[in-house]
Order: sequence, then structure tokens, then C-alpha cells
Amino acid sequence: MALSTEEVLAGLAELVNDETGIAADTVEMDKSFTDDLDIDSISMMTIVVNAEEKFDVKIPDEEVKNLKTVGDAVRYITAAQS
Amino acid sequence: MTKTIVVTGIGATSPLGGTAEETWQALLAGQSGARPLEQEWVAKWDIPITFAAQAKVPSSEVLERIETKRLDPSSQFALTAAREAWADAGAPEVEPERFGVDWATGIGGVWTLLDAWDTLRERGPRRVLPMTVPMLMPNGPAAAIEMSLGARAGARTVVSACASSTESIANAYDHLQAGLADIIIAGGSEAAIHPLPIASFAAMQALSKRNDEPATASRPYDVTRDGFVLGEGGAAVVLETEEHAKARGAKIYAVLLGGAVTSDAYHITAPDPEGSAAARAMIGAVKAAGADLSDVAHINAHATSTPVGDIAEYHALRRVFGDDVEGIPVSATKASTGHLLGGAGGIEAIFTIKALAERVAPPTINLTEQDPEVRLDVVTSPRKLGDGTLLAISNSFGFGGHNAVVAFATA
Repeated sequence: MALSTEEVLAGLAELVNDETGIAADTVEMDKSFTDDLDIDSISMMTIVVNAEEKFDVKIPDEEVKNLKTVGDAVRYITAAQS
Repeated sequence: MTKTIVVTGIGATSPLGGTAEETWQALLAGQSGARPLEQEWVAKWDIPITFAAQAKVPSSEVLERIETKRLDPSSQFALTAAREAWADAGAPEVEPERFGVDWATGIGGVWTLLDAWDTLRERGPRRVLPMTVPMLMPNGPAAAIEMSLGARAGARTVVSACASSTESIANAYDHLQAGLADIIIAGGSEAAIHPLPIASFAAMQALSKRNDEPATASRPYDVTRDGFVLGEGGAAVVLETEEHAKARGAKIYAVLLGGAVTSDAYHITAPDPEGSAAARAMIGAVKAAGADLSDVAHINAHATSTPVGDIAEYHALRRVFGDDVEGIPVSATKASTGHLLGGAGGIEAIFTIKALAERVAPPTINLTEQDPEVRLDVVTSPRKLGDGTLLAISNSFGFGGHNAVVAFATA
């Protein structure tokens, strides 16, 4: 069953927290991964790898550069699982 | 002109303690760092050896979470030891371009490599994490230190099995003599308590099989010794030119007189029974600073507790010192720490430095019946060393026929 936006956000926030230590409740839809959360490219790729597994979706490498904000990622994952 | 090189900081995380001082005190107290392994993989894989000397303080208790996630355990130990050594040296203000790292590891990021292989086989290539390569590379520990402390005079890594971190200290001596830096952090680290290295060492009959008595399994020079006990951890020393150390008013533990590295050209794992290359390393380390062999007042032996290795080192010692060897206090500290492989020379250098600074030779535990073939004065309880300038050497030998020896003197 597909997860809701809120559930995907919560799950993604957990992955971000696990990789970087950033508090999960600061991982909000309008935050930029690089500018606001200061996540570097290696952490971003780690989060993508873990998100693919957690949400059972495929996020192609060429798509990752388009996921600039947390919201971009949440929307992509939500759409990809349905 | 030969420079005087001094030791101004020490740091360690080992099976005996989370710091150099805690490790040293536990060594003097005659403790053992070996314990049963409680990890699930021991039973799962039916690992034949069920004990090891694990680091007493887990890295997760002293490092930031991002560091434990992004660094292989061998690099975590390196960072912990190097930070302690650097703080112990007074966290000196140095020109980054004159500050270097000479590190060592025997195996490198074995946990990272094998975890990634498991991931690839079980969950496919897309699940392999992007940090895999920088975490598994053997220069990872040196890089972690160099980035954390801001060392820009080069971060070198030597790999010579169990001789690695004595060799890294010898290399640091050469680099300081050559004027490549004013201050260098040297040492080594290893984190190989993993089912594959254990199974591999067990397959070559190198490990002690005393599963029911871990604390007394490592027994160098004892007639019943049956192999080494695998250990893990990291150890770092801060080395600098005396001129640099004195200019900043640093405390000085000891003088690094020199180091020497030779190779057997004999056999990939067996030591040359004649011990001529090992002897040449000992002589070279002592002569590097123009000292005499008769000045050697203490020896920290390689002595891993294998039947063959301990005898080979003994023959090399005898070749160097002749009958006089019977009058030199020898400590075989792997009895307490287990064998830290690429970290062994580092921790034993620290023991040698502390022995000189405090004028006490540390004990060799678990020696009940000394092998009659080994006619050495093995120290079994802490023993006071004499007054005046004292000289001591620390030996390390590794698979591949690597011999490395460093010599220290009282400050």
C-alpha cells in the first residue's frame, strides 16, 4: 500500500537523521538538501540508496540532481511507489 | 647534521583502556585485554576461535556519530589515538605545511570491504553505499587524522603486516631528519576482529586455541604457548624536532634515537631462523644515533606467543647482544594486549616510551614455565630500571619478512 506524503516525509527524515545526525523534525518540505541542511553529495547518495530500499522505489542517478529540496524527494518517492 | 627527535605526545585506544595512560596502568597492573567474543557471527559461522582482545572503549563512545558512520573502525581507532596524542602534546600551534602524518595498518578497512560485499551479494549493487571506497582504502586512517588535525606535510601510510606501525615511526624519524616536517604524528591502527581474518589466521594455525581461558591464552616465551591472541586498537605518538619542541616549551617523554627496517628475503610467513635481517634492524636502530649496543637497558620484544616466532626473535636477540642479552630486562606486552597487528608497534612504542619516562619495565603476564630454550631475563612484575641515560628498543616483525625496530632514550 502506498504511503502518504506525511509518512514518506517522516521516513525520509529518519534516513537523513541516521546519515547526518540532523534532527528529524528540522527536515521539512521546503528545505534544500545542500543549502539548508548542508548535506554533501556523498551523504545525499547514501540517503538515496537507503530511500530506495526503505520505500521500495528506484531513483535513477540522473534524477537525483533534480531532487533539490526535501519536498522534491518526498513527491518523487510518493509518485514512484504508486 | 643529525637532529634530535623527541616524543611529546602519546595516545592510544586498546584492549586495556581507552587512553594511553589507562592502557599503561592496566599493563602495569598485570591485566589482560582478552575476552570471549559475544558477537552473533561467532556461533553463526562456527568460528573456531571464540575470543579476542577487543578495544575496551567502543569508538561510538568517543567519536561523533558522523565519524563512526563515515570511517571504517580502523580509522576510528586512528582518530581517537591521534587526537589524544595531539592534545597530550599541548595541541601545538604549527604551520600545517610543516606537520605530517606517518600512519600504518596491516589490513586496512576489512570491515567495510566485507560488509559491502555482503550487501552486494544479498541486496544488489545499487545498495552498495557511496562511502565504501574511501572507507576501505588502507590510507583512510591517515587521511582521517590529517583532515581532523590539519596536517599538510603529507599523510603517508606504510603496510608491512605486523611490523607496520614500528615502520611508520621509523619512517617518521627519517622524514623529520630529512627536514620534510617539524612535527609528525606516527603510529598505527587495526580493526580486524572479524570472522574472515579470524578464520584465516586460524587456518594457518597462528592463533591460540585456548577458548576456555582467554585471559591467559597469550603467553609469550612460556613452554605451553600455542599462538597469538588477535587484538585491535590504535596508538599514536607525536614526534618533533627537539628545536621545535623546546621553542614551544613542550614536555618531552623521551628521545627517538632512530629506527631501522630490513627484510628477510626468506619466506612469506616463517621468520628466518638465523634472524640475520632481524638482527640488522636492531643494530641499525641503535647505531642510527651513534649509541652502543651495550647501552640497551630494556627491550620490548615482538614476542607474539607463537611457538616459532618467539624462538626466532630470541635467536636474533642473541645474535645482536651475545651472552649479554641474558642481563637485559625484556617485556613481552602482547601477553596483556593481544596482537594489534598493524597497531602493535605503536602501542609497544608507547610502552617503551613510558618505561623510559617512568624508569619501570612493564610485566609479561602468563609466564608460568619459561621455555628453556629462551635464555632471557623476562620481566614478570613491574621492575625498576636504573638511573642515568637509558636506551630501549621495540621490535616488530611481520609476514613478508618485514623487520622494524625503533630505539628510544630517556629525555
